Amino acid sequence: MSAVLESHDHDHHGPAKGLTRWLYTTNHKDIGTLYLWFSFSMFLIGGAMAMVIRAELFQPGMQIVQPEFYNQMLTLHGLIMIFGGVMPAFVGLANWLVPMMVGAPDMALPRMNNLSFWILPFAFLILLSSLFMEGGAPNFGWTFYAPLSTTYAPPSVTFFIFSVHIMGASSIMGAINVIVTIMNMRAPGMTLMKMPLFVWSWLITAYLLIAVMPVLAGAVTMMLMDIHFGTSFFNAAGGGDPVLFQHIFWFFGHPEVYIMILPAFGITSHIIETFSRKQLFGHTSMVWAMGSIAILSFVVWAHHMFTVGLPLAAELFFMWATMLIAVPTGVKVFNWVTTMFKGSITFETPMLFAIAFVVLFTIGGFSGLMLAITPADFQYHDTYFVVAHFHYVLVPGAIFSIMAAVYYWIPKWTGHMYDERLGKLHFWLSFIGVNVTFFPQHWIGLAGMPRRVPDYALQFADWNMVSSVGAFLFGASQILFLFIVIKTVLGGKKATPQVWEGARGLEWTLDSPPPYHTFATPPKIT
Amino acid sequence: MNEGSKKTIKRLSLAVLGMFTFSFALVPLYDVFCEVTGLNGKIELKATSNNNLEVDDGREIALQFVSHNNEEMPWVFRPSERAIKVQTGKYHTATFYVKNTTKKTMVAQAIPSVAPSNAASHLKKLECFCFEQQELAPGEEALLPVRLIFDNELPTSIKSVVISYTLFDVTDYKDAELAKQGSEMDHHGDQHTDHEMESTL
Repeated sequence: MSAVLESHDHDHHGPAKGLTRWLYTTNHKDIGTLYLWFSFSMFLIGGAMAMVIRAELFQPGMQIVQPEFYNQMLTLHGLIMIFGGVMPAFVGLANWLVPMMVGAPDMALPRMNNLSFWILPFAFLILLSSLFMEGGAPNFGWTFYAPLSTTYAPPSVTFFIFSVHIMGASSIMGAINVIVTIMNMRAPGMTLMKMPLFVWSWLITAYLLIAVMPVLAGAVTMMLMDIHFGTSFFNAAGGGDPVLFQHIFWFFGHPEVYIMILPAFGITSHIIETFSRKQLFGHTSMVWAMGSIAILSFVVWAHHMFTVGLPLAAELFFMWATMLIAVPTGVKVFNWVTTMFKGSITFETPMLFAIAFVVLFTIGGFSGLMLAITPADFQYHDTYFVVAHFHYVLVPGAIFSIMAAVYYWIPKWTGHMYDERLGKLHFWLSFIGVNVTFFPQHWIGLAGMPRRVPDYALQFADWNMVSSVGAFLFGASQILFLFIVIKTVLGGKKATPQVWEGARGLEWTLDSPPPYHTFATPPKIT
Repeated sequence: MNEGSKKTIKRLSLAVLGMFTFSFALVPLYDVFCEVTGLNGKIELKATSNNNLEVDDGREIALQFVSHNNEEMPWVFRPSERAIKVQTGKYHTATFYVKNTTKKTMVAQAIPSVAPSNAASHLKKLECFCFEQQELAPGEEALLPVRLIFDNELPTSIKSVVISYTLFDVTDYKDAELAKQGSEMDHHGDQHTDHEMESTL
């Protein structure tokens, strides 16, 4: 380890040449780039699967795929977008930004950093290869409820379990790295409360990962034992309980939801203060809000399973605990709105995505509140209303924040400004696409269309067609995003070190692009 | 790497191990939680020893019986009467009809569940077919009795109770158990294997 640290003394030392640079790299900027490109490729693969789903649902009746294949697409779409798209994107952003934001020379554990990235492609190769196996890919939904994923699962489920283990190991290593970096490598004078909000959001996210990824590993291990070693964790015939699976899964699953949104809160805060040319309305209250959301995330899991036959006391508890989350979330939205209030706002692409995030994430939050009402949830459960809800918090929520982050920091990473005209075009196409796709799903859900079906009753036909058209628009506009990113990497107007007029923070004191090794001597924080 | 980092890494690794262990600890904890709070309507699979439950001033409640076959269990299994009126503090006997529709001898186990779950602790059974496994020859049928009583402490908010039985095919488990017992007995040189086996049925 000391050899790695010593190499930072040579400022002139640049990246190695050739492909092995990427294979052997321990540099946080390289690994950040790898994570972001990996996430982008998974986003496109998962997106292609979403296109298959929406094409099938374009009209009622079976159109282009078999129901079995439809279920596989549905399952892989969820797994790939969550574990391959959103999570690695945030880890990539953390790799790039956390060391530069806290004034550290690199991540604390550079070799583990390399390992945690390079096992990921193998995990997804294993998962995707199950498409070509006998019996097909996993078809039980991303939530893999037992006994669907045990007794009735295709043989490829064992490969799925193995790939989830690898993804979990990768996330845990990434989280340990982030926490050790933040807790031990901050520049002198950077107290915890002076830390930028993106760093704060990732510190909290990393703790959530440490707490729940092992539980996910436990759940899939129990599945593995039920399938191959004759145990009965989830098999009622052997004295187990399938409802136990749901409890364990959602004990992981609900904090997982916040793992996918907390870094977005950090990103949005930075972007809104920059383009409002004001300091954030309340830095401390933002930290507390994120912390309390993280703590609450551990006591609300059963709101995903109101209909399994919970006792009244539990249904009331989980309903109220869930509604309580609206309070810190309200604090955050209030903070962003008041930061923009009377600011001298300009609407560059990152700001457009950030404002859309605030508005559309809030819509997703409201439908979440509706779902939290237990008696109402009995009606909404497993309908397209739920699909609309979680896509509103994940697509214009998590994914818009990632896109905002890419536009905001890409001049820093590459040294080139992106094409503002194309960026805005990408934003408006995505914004329209996302709303046309998911807003009508609220209505067909309330009207009773169940989720996870390849075919539906005739009365849902019109809005499904609208939804599919929106999805095709959204999908196609991401090709434009790919084009913009490649164009920016290859060239463009030279970016200044500060890039944005209102940008504050250590990363903006560095050149654009920053040298391969930064902050070998820690900066002074005043 | 400095001392602080090493300490943090050690702590976080312990936390990861701890949470992995916790996920497995959730399995017994889940059962304990349900048992302590009586939340999931589970009732004890043994006869009550308390005989002082009979009272004269009981109230009437509606009792419904529901039967399920687990997974592919092929037997016919249904209550003789789907709904009856019972008095709290009075014994009642109900029967369930079973028939082995297959061409092989099978063993079954019924598992009860009570809704609403807070009625479970007030339901006592003197006798129930769910206390033991049922073995039926091909085509054999039987009428299985359950003798039960609701104690008078049953919350007054409860006006009707559903008792559900799920019938599990335990033939394979039974075979495995017997094989295991048999091999153990061979090991000890016990000559009464056949007799012992019969008694466990």
